[in-house]
Amino acid sequence: MFAVTMVAVLVTMGLALTRAALGPTLFDRILALNMFGTKTVLLIAVVGFLTGRPDFLDLALLYALMNFIGTITVLRFLKFGHFSETEPEPEER
Amino acid sequence: METVITILSWFCLVTGSAFAIVGGIGLLRLPDFYARMHGGGITDTLGAGLILIGLCLQSGLSLITVKLLLILAFSLVASPTSGYALAKSARTHGLEPWVKKGDHR
Repeated sequence: MFAVTMVAVLVTMGLALTRAALGPTLFDRILALNMFGTKTVLLIAVVGFLTGRPDFLDLALLYALMNFIGTITVLRFLKFGHFSETEPEPEER
Repeated sequence: METVITILSWFCLVTGSAFAIVGGIGLLRLPDFYARMHGGGITDTLGAGLILIGLCLQSGLSLITVKLLLILAFSLVASPTSGYALAKSARTHGLEPWVKKGDHR
């Protein structure tokens, strides 16, 4: 049963990668990569159960955090054009 | 009792897989970005949630369950947040939603 779930997650990852490759706009690609990261978390968890060693869940947890931060960082870079801490000028907002 | 929990967990896993694939197809086939976010949202909440709950039922009461619930809680908070940020950023950058002809408002 874990194998079925793993295949389903892999198919979903393939579909997300296809959208990331096709994606007409940049936001489509970001959305597809965000979804790909979420599916990676699921894949790590399911493969851990499939092989009978569910100790990889720490990696899954870490990957979930990194995926979220990565998406927000790319969006912030898109908005401000830099990663610096300083607040932008008021008219830029 | 054991059998009931196993059947329930298999049901959750299969339903979550089905939702994940449906969301993936939606991400590929829907007409524009804002509609595709809907497909992505399905996999992030229902797909991931049901699969993780199914794994929780498999693992019983242990540290693994706590980790799975942590992943579930975090993804339930993070997915709407990043979705909101993505949609707002796309709207700010002037991406127009796809509407029916003559339905502009």
